[in-house]
Amino acid sequence: MLKALVYVVKRDVLLAFRRRADVLVTLFFFMIVSALFPLGVGPEPALLRTMAPGILWVGALLASMLSLGRLFALDFADGTLEQMLLSAEPLSVMVTGKVLAHWLTSGLPLVLVAPLLALQFDLPGPAIAVLLASLLIGTPVLSLLGAIGAALTLGVRGGGVLVAILVLPLYVPILIFGAGAVGAQLNGLDSSGHLLLLGGLLAASAALAPWAASVALRIALE
Amino acid sequence: MTLQACNLAAVRGNQPLFSKIDLEIAAGEALWLSGSNGCGKTTLLRLLCGLSLPAEGDIHWNGRSIFSQREDYCRNLIYCGHASGVKDDLNAWENLQVSTRLAGKSCSQKEALEALAQMGLASFAHLPARVLSQGQRKRIALARLCLQPTVRLLILDEPFSALDQQAIAAVSQRLNQHLTQGGMVVYTTHQEVALQAKRLHRLALNRATPC
Repeated sequence: MLKALVYVVKRDVLLAFRRRADVLVTLFFFMIVSALFPLGVGPEPALLRTMAPGILWVGALLASMLSLGRLFALDFADGTLEQMLLSAEPLSVMVTGKVLAHWLTSGLPLVLVAPLLALQFDLPGPAIAVLLASLLIGTPVLSLLGAIGAALTLGVRGGGVLVAILVLPLYVPILIFGAGAVGAQLNGLDSSGHLLLLGGLLAASAALAPWAASVALRIALE
Repeated sequence: MTLQACNLAAVRGNQPLFSKIDLEIAAGEALWLSGSNGCGKTTLLRLLCGLSLPAEGDIHWNGRSIFSQREDYCRNLIYCGHASGVKDDLNAWENLQVSTRLAGKSCSQKEALEALAQMGLASFAHLPARVLSQGQRKRIALARLCLQPTVRLLILDEPFSALDQQAIAAVSQRLNQHLTQGGMVVYTTHQEVALQAKRLHRLALNRATPC
């Protein structure tokens, strides 16, 4: 079972590597969106510092949603998903593998580039560390919850917009705790409460989301 | 080792597609589904795979419902549908390896290359599938049949479409070999390709029920 999981991750990362443009689009979207705000709002450091956590988190959230459409759609179109359903391995394991690969190719790059973007908002070092931690815990939740939305809208016309409407409300708690952690650190408060709540969200969605997404996939392919 | 279906029925929208289909296939036997376009051949094959649920009736593998032993059943099954599952960005042999691994079986590069050679793709094995023709992609999908000797049941939807005479001969030779080893084949085709089975069942769907 673990072997199947590792194999699905490897395959999806290999496919993403062969189509690097898709990965880079997500990353550049994040960078451009968060670079536009300082230009639009003006160079007032105190204002930028206050807004930074929210802007960076909203940017990461939208960027990770951008690539959700591809999570299952390509495999659905070429029949690979059908073969996954007929595999001797459990479907939820394969879905977990696909979600993990999605995070590695579209979530992790965002986490890595975020400290650099935080500099243009004049965030101090400790706040950047908290931002990094909150994104590291929070972005896998985005991929996990997004997988449910992507599976539910599989094969539906205009699925991209529908995913946004379905998934964005579910992202609200992650946004609140993620941006809240950085905000708390900026105001000299303890950020660990927010991070622990994010961790709780990650644990809950890691347990439930692959199962929910695989049920949705079975329905979509029937 | 038997595949049994009794009183199967399927609906498309509100229209009944077919009903009261009974079939039984034992080791070494083949079932040839025929019928006009849109009379439910693919639907019946998907029912037999367990990809969709029948409106009525049961499907049994070795006397037990396929839905109560999904893993066991899937381990004994290869389904080749219309969508070939071939990825443009992967090589021919990588495609074959991926589809076998996803099914939960192992496949080394050497085994994949041998299987592709049997399907006449030896010189194309290292090319990305993007540059291959429709027939060659179909051959990649069918090369899975040459790999796994442990699989018992092959369910093939139009395996001979888009193939040239040589490839059709290679595939039917492989299927005959599978049948003599005690495997089972369920297939649809509009071409006259009769397999040398111990017993060749024929089911014409539009005669069973008018559609």
